[in-house]
Amino acid sequence: MIRVVLPAHLQALARVRREVALQVEGPATQRAVFDALEAAYPMLRGTIRDHVTRQRRPLVRFFACERDLSHESPDAPLPDAVAMGEEPFLIIGAMAGG
Amino acid sequence: MSRVRVLVGTRKGAFVLTSDAKRERWDVGGPHFAGWEIYHLKGSPADPNRLYASQSSGWFGQLIQRSNDGGKTWEPVGNAFAYDGVPGTHQWYDGTQHPWEFKRVWHLEPSLTDPDTVYAGVEDAALFRSTDGGQTWRELPGLRGHGSGPSWAPGAGGMCLHTIVLNPSDPNRIFIAISAAGVFRTDDAGKTWRPMNRGLRSEGIPDPNAEVGHCVHHVAMHPSRPGVLFMQKHWDVMRSDDAGESWHEVSGNLPTDFGFPIDVHAHEPDTIYVVPIKSDSEHYPPEGKLRVYRSRTGGHEWEALTKGLPQRDCYVNVLRDAMAVDSLDPCGVYFGTSGGQVYASTDAGDSWDPIVRDLPAVASVEVQTLP
Repeated sequence: MIRVVLPAHLQALARVRREVALQVEGPATQRAVFDALEAAYPMLRGTIRDHVTRQRRPLVRFFACERDLSHESPDAPLPDAVAMGEEPFLIIGAMAGG
Repeated sequence: MSRVRVLVGTRKGAFVLTSDAKRERWDVGGPHFAGWEIYHLKGSPADPNRLYASQSSGWFGQLIQRSNDGGKTWEPVGNAFAYDGVPGTHQWYDGTQHPWEFKRVWHLEPSLTDPDTVYAGVEDAALFRSTDGGQTWRELPGLRGHGSGPSWAPGAGGMCLHTIVLNPSDPNRIFIAISAAGVFRTDDAGKTWRPMNRGLRSEGIPDPNAEVGHCVHHVAMHPSRPGVLFMQKHWDVMRSDDAGESWHEVSGNLPTDFGFPIDVHAHEPDTIYVVPIKSDSEHYPPEGKLRVYRSRTGGHEWEALTKGLPQRDCYVNVLRDAMAVDSLDPCGVYFGTSGGQVYASTDAGDSWDPIVRDLPAVASVEVQTLP
């Protein structure tokens, strides 16, 4: 299982706690995680990545294992610790607004 | 006994204010969708418990929420707004062409007859329709395909389709308004559109009398007289007596004819309301006095309505969708401010009281009169 931590607004939207566990089919990549997340919680479609382009929304960031993975390819393998469920994959609403 | 439900969209959530027909004591429900921008929420005329809300954020994009119980509970519905075909380009601030990009929903207009049909006016300007209660959305592409699309340009607030007026006596006729393109009308339920801007004059565009390019702020119609339209333009209050074919100015003795909202009395089709704002760079009332102006003659002659409104040191704004009327007698008039106040008049504007004072900045106010 891959552990995903959601920002507060998306927790409220999906009516879940801070962390959800996802069964991901195939290699553990960002794309696979988001596909599984959106399948389990359809109301999150469009809130993390654009409906049409599938690109990360500009003020959403992805952290794991104390690294910023926001600019990684969506098909790049996630760190082993995330794939093994030892570390969570964090979806972050970027600090903005001053 | 009738009840009134006031739907308030703010910069940080939605609020539902309810009262009996006396409109003296108000319950404040909310915030719903706390922390999100709620540009607009509105109830279905065909089923008053069916509400739709536009929820958006700079972080997480656009959501549409639907309620089936008058705003007590909500469920997210469809939020995929994909332009039909290749989106094309419109004019950008620097004069170059810029691709159409969906940003947010400014206005939701439920059908007059079907609770599951609702229109959405979006930025970048386009009109979408759902016929399944908001689950799926399809663009009505004839509007952007009208041919003038590449010349449309954003106003300071973006290139938004912010006004949708449905004709109660002819379901095929719809008016929409875009900043900064102007008014368009369809007579075939959205397949084809014509610009309806003859008579508008805007000094801020290269050809002041251009067919398109006008920064129309809001349009209002009385349901009993769908051929008469009232418009608050960027500058100028305008009137059309021929369903938008031509417009003439009715600003008359207003202290300034800049402003955003305009609305019509529920029972008097020639009684209209505006909130004059000092200028396009000074978005607050002239002289620091918050005054609604009422015309009982369909324009030209206006009276200031001040009783109960702050008459000194007031520097709030009132946005285009932030005024509405109920259908009780006497007619109630409501508006919300950028300072978070929602004012109500239960005597058609003669006097006002704040029914809530300290909300986040108000983006929209809609009113439902319930049996």
